[in-house]
Amino acid sequence: MSKTAFTKTAFDEIFAGAEDKAPKRLLQKAYNGAIIATSYAEILLNQAIRRFGPDMPVAYPDTAYYLPVISCLSGEKVTKLGDLPPILNRMRNQIREELTFFNARLYGESTAYAAEIIEALRYLDGAQPHVAPWSGYLTDPILRKYGIQLVDWTIPGQAVIIGKARTSADAAKIVQELQSKGMMLFLVNEVIEQLLEQNMKLGVDYIAFPLGNFTQVIHAVNYALRAGMAFGGIAPGLREEHRDYQRRRVMAFVLHLGEIDEVQVAAHFAAIFLGFPVICDTELEDEIPDWYVSHTNYDTLVKYCMELRGIKLKILEIPVPITVGPAFEGETIRKGDMYVEFGGGKATGFELVQMVGEKDIEDGKITVIGPDLDEMTPGSSNPIGIIVKIFGRKMQEDFEGVLERRIHYFINYGEGLWHVAQRDLCWLRVSKEAFNKGFRMKHYGELLIAKFKDEFPAIVDRVEVILITDQAKVDEMIKVARERYAVRDARLKGLTDEAVEELYSCILCQSFAPNHVCVVAPERVGLCGAVSWLDAKASYEIDPNGPNRPIKKEGVIDEVKGMWQSVNEYVYANTNRSVEEVNLYTLMDRPMTSCGCFEAILAIVPEANGLMITTREHSGDTPCGMTFSTLAGSVGGGVQAPGFMGIGRSYILSRKFLKADGGLGRIVWMPKELKEFLGDDLRKRAEEEGLGADFVDKIADESVGTTGDEILPFLEEKGHPALTMDPLM
Amino acid sequence: MSEAKKKAVDRNRTIDPAVLEVLSGQLPVDTAYDRYLAQQPQCKFGDTGICCRICIQGPCRITAKAPKGVCGATAYTIVARNLIRSVLGGASAHSDHSKHILLTLKALLEGHAPDYSIKSPEKLRAIATRFEIPVEGRTDLEILADVVKLGLEDYTRMTGGKVRWVEKTVTPGRVKKFTECNIMPTSVFQTIASAMSQTHMGMDADPVNLIFKALEASLADYTGMHIGTDLSDVLFGIPTPIYTEANFGVIDPAKVNIAVHGHNPLLSEMIVQAAREMDSEAKAAGATGIQLMGICCTGNEVLMRQGVPPVTNFLSQELPIMTGAIDAMVVDVQCIMPGIQAVSECFNTRIITTAQNAKIPGSYYVDYSEERALDQAKEVIRIAIDGYKERAGVECVIPSVKNKVVAGFSLEALYDLFGALNPDAPIKVVTDALKSGELRGVVLFAGCNNLKVTHDENHTVIAKELAKNNVLLLSTGCAAGSYAKLGLLSPEAVDQYAGDSLKAFIRKLEEANAGKLEGKLPLVFHMGSCVDNTRATNFATAIANDLGVDVPKIPFAASAPEAMSEKAIAIGSWNVAMGLPVHVGVVPPVTGSELVNGIALQIAHDVYGGFFIWETDPYKAAEKILEALDYRSWKLKIHAQTAEKFETKASAAW
Repeated sequence: MSKTAFTKTAFDEIFAGAEDKAPKRLLQKAYNGAIIATSYAEILLNQAIRRFGPDMPVAYPDTAYYLPVISCLSGEKVTKLGDLPPILNRMRNQIREELTFFNARLYGESTAYAAEIIEALRYLDGAQPHVAPWSGYLTDPILRKYGIQLVDWTIPGQAVIIGKARTSADAAKIVQELQSKGMMLFLVNEVIEQLLEQNMKLGVDYIAFPLGNFTQVIHAVNYALRAGMAFGGIAPGLREEHRDYQRRRVMAFVLHLGEIDEVQVAAHFAAIFLGFPVICDTELEDEIPDWYVSHTNYDTLVKYCMELRGIKLKILEIPVPITVGPAFEGETIRKGDMYVEFGGGKATGFELVQMVGEKDIEDGKITVIGPDLDEMTPGSSNPIGIIVKIFGRKMQEDFEGVLERRIHYFINYGEGLWHVAQRDLCWLRVSKEAFNKGFRMKHYGELLIAKFKDEFPAIVDRVEVILITDQAKVDEMIKVARERYAVRDARLKGLTDEAVEELYSCILCQSFAPNHVCVVAPERVGLCGAVSWLDAKASYEIDPNGPNRPIKKEGVIDEVKGMWQSVNEYVYANTNRSVEEVNLYTLMDRPMTSCGCFEAILAIVPEANGLMITTREHSGDTPCGMTFSTLAGSVGGGVQAPGFMGIGRSYILSRKFLKADGGLGRIVWMPKELKEFLGDDLRKRAEEEGLGADFVDKIADESVGTTGDEILPFLEEKGHPALTMDPLM
Repeated sequence: MSEAKKKAVDRNRTIDPAVLEVLSGQLPVDTAYDRYLAQQPQCKFGDTGICCRICIQGPCRITAKAPKGVCGATAYTIVARNLIRSVLGGASAHSDHSKHILLTLKALLEGHAPDYSIKSPEKLRAIATRFEIPVEGRTDLEILADVVKLGLEDYTRMTGGKVRWVEKTVTPGRVKKFTECNIMPTSVFQTIASAMSQTHMGMDADPVNLIFKALEASLADYTGMHIGTDLSDVLFGIPTPIYTEANFGVIDPAKVNIAVHGHNPLLSEMIVQAAREMDSEAKAAGATGIQLMGICCTGNEVLMRQGVPPVTNFLSQELPIMTGAIDAMVVDVQCIMPGIQAVSECFNTRIITTAQNAKIPGSYYVDYSEERALDQAKEVIRIAIDGYKERAGVECVIPSVKNKVVAGFSLEALYDLFGALNPDAPIKVVTDALKSGELRGVVLFAGCNNLKVTHDENHTVIAKELAKNNVLLLSTGCAAGSYAKLGLLSPEAVDQYAGDSLKAFIRKLEEANAGKLEGKLPLVFHMGSCVDNTRATNFATAIANDLGVDVPKIPFAASAPEAMSEKAIAIGSWNVAMGLPVHVGVVPPVTGSELVNGIALQIAHDVYGGFFIWETDPYKAAEKILEALDYRSWKLKIHAQTAEKFETKASAAW
């Protein structure tokens, strides 16, 4: 950074109305706090250098972004202790005595750097400074895991909660309210213990991250700042672009509970520096309108915070006695916490969405056939049938499967409800807690009716739900369901890229990755794994101006690699003119770009003349020499990177999987977990491709090796087909 | 009201009935109580720490119009620099005291301290074992030689290494913290000199760097103090429970009354020995014997090991003289008011100074040396007997106030008590009680007296409040002096003030130790003089280690309700570094900088786990201390439950 650090930028326009309204006393506190933070960082840093030397590596775990605050805002790729003193010196040097709001934002920036350095030092030598549920640094896979929910605004914003609420019950109430609105939560200091005391669900699975204490608040900042690099495609070091990105797309605010010290004031100004307001629950002697404000009434606190940050929500009231929100999607219910379960192999179960005629439905009706929850033996496995009848003037049979898959998400959003798999494999659990709160069978119906109507208003006019727990009735109706599944499967089989006239775009991610377009084809699911061609089609029916638009397959340019004139035109126009041409069926030549929320990454392994796949779940090394996080760091943000590509897991099973590059036979390595996940489907596909059912056993995994040299002998011994294919490069 | 009467009322800033009785008379000379009034109003710049007299361009003081000194130093630099210098004053005092003991042991090894011997070979071996010095098959003197060598190294090392007396007496978590924050002293003298240099004009202006250096200096203070306690135990024995009495009522006009005052036990221990041998000389002079009594921490030293009754504590040190019955007051080092000389001139008391670095014009001076210690003790007693002879026939006015005292609770003595309940792990008697809630916490009362608050009021009110709330109470120094005088070191105080579960806890200990003790146990456990505060820290460390956590997580706090001296500032600082909440009942001169004050009250907790609480109102102070204890118990509990739920180790955070 140059002297221009002391000059206002275009971004600073957002503070224009408040520049002269910042009270000196508050600015003095921010100044003091910045002095304390940077001096403390200096002492720790130079002591670490004295003890370990300047070449000691310094890094956060599982990340491609070095120390993200630094790489994002000034571009330095810090890898060793010796890199840090000049950076810290620059930050010390921008703490100027003159007390202005502008200078105070720089105090905030310096404090953020200081905190990043202090925190990074805690990870020296592979140290793991936290135990669960405290998270400390949030790794890249966690960032990417929630990418899709951020971009589709399922998670409407982020609350950074620091301090201690007046009582633990108050803390729980505030957080419950935020969770019911789907907010992502970063928690710092005693509020964590308060919530643990109240048995609130915290942790990565609940999108409520208990970061830790004190400087650990920086892990909220380095999480947010990574978004601009991972999804936004903004180059590291473009400080103003990143600030602008944060302000526009990361709907965060800081909620400070209880007593405030000077370092915290300086940290608050770091938030303001990035465009996020700070709300305190105490009376403040000094405020800055819109930016640093007090709101002491807990009843209206959450609403106030969200309004101040401009987070708008459509409120959906569902008459069920449990909280419903994306925070609970990742909740698991262990056997000990379970009241009863359904299906899942131990008992019969199915779920079916049925398109029906106008006369065959009574809107809003819920029928329970068989015993209700309070009539079941606690701990028992029970049969279940969930039938959702739908009538809609724009409903199509093709959408049945799309809507049916939503049952999984809708039910999982309920606190104390758990759902896995689908169709006649579905497996559900209800927690004791939910049962004790009064949850009964009919509430499944209430939840489904409300959510279907809310999310698919254009195609769903009427919804009726039948819940069956009677064994005989389940046995009867499961036959009907299986007939429908068979019909749908036959239809899907015929649903090939060639058989349709339109592909669909998906620009859902442009809220975070403005230069990326997914082209979704019948045989290629979106890279997030969440948007299939039918999903996109249904979405278009719901909202023609929404994120999915049809692209007519016109002007074929390369049939093998999968390039159409119409697709190129759409992509060019919708990526801010950054991507000119795109091939659908190859990795090697102008491949599809990635936003950042891909489930898996493909990369070439040149020495094996093949490809490897690694997943978000696999944190270990891979034969291309990079971990998932490091790979992800170089493919996201809407950039074409031949030889590398983000994909959805199920695309591997597609008949169009890298058709132009030789298809499935190119895969030489994947993590064990992915092999197991794909299971028999992968064997079947290999047989179809003529690779033989034993092809799967020819694919190396981490137990064979994680470098080219380690896996080559294995591939040779097994006679892997990639070794004899045409050269990839 | 007449001027004289008004003055008498204003100066009655004490709750000690004996002191009140003396003050209410017509006094021929001013005491501290009068002089405090004469000093009002005190300088607010000095009081808030923003007066800088470090160079003679000054004094500079910070005001809204002049926010910087001539050199440009701001409030935070000036306050932090003054703070460091206070800590250094305290660290120097303690380490000089302990150096004296260390050098006496060195002289003993070299045959130059004929009157001294190793009274506790057990302690010597325990210390050696702590430092991995071999003990098997070695003589005491061989072991002592190694311990003394190590002590001298911890005092004088110039570079490399770190003080072993910190490294081996704190939790692993503290060693890591001190090392990472670069506050581990290299040696006592090296740290004091480098810290002093750091505060010279035109040196360090960074408040955080200065505060960290102050903490390093405070750890040098801890080092000196710990060496002092350890080696005093070797030289004079480990204190064990002892029963006696305290306050003015212990003065016997028929005896030769000698008050010992100051801090260092080297001479006073000899005086106790000499007095026993010279009873006949006193009788020959017409007295019924010799009555020794203690003031301040020399008083605590001879109380803990010899059962010498304390007559009063720091603030009222001039007043026993005013009874007319004190024949000699023998003083050594620290906290000796020069005012005693003027008072003694109005009565028949001989002030005998004994330290090269603590003399008072007009007083007797005996040039104490370890080579001639016992002879000099006898010389001192003869001066007192001469005084007694001159006193014959003079009327004495002695308040009859007297309270029972049970003292002598070194950590070893406490372990003995606990061991009767749990011989395998004595500390579990306390940790189990903390976990079950039987004890709400442990609080150490330490420190001085200070006329900014009413003498002894903060000490006693806070202790009673905490006792009511089932907090286990420890004390040292003039806090302990206060409790001794006012009956809180008596078994009766347990019935009177302890909450039900604290009472049950103490009764349980009594029953388990029946037959081993001379009597019952007190409400407050007296752990020694102010130099002995590390005994309480060792206790905290043992609790933390037993609970498998670092000190910042345990419900243990320290309080200096009436802090006064630079030593108190040093002790308070290292208690914060050790990770304890430290209440101070007077506001120290740091409030002139919000930055420094904010670090002391808030940020210190984030970095070290310890922090300061300034609260002059004793009831509010008790509430805040309880709040700090409860906060820790709450977190400890939640962290334990969470670890169980998530099947992890307990969080190390605080």
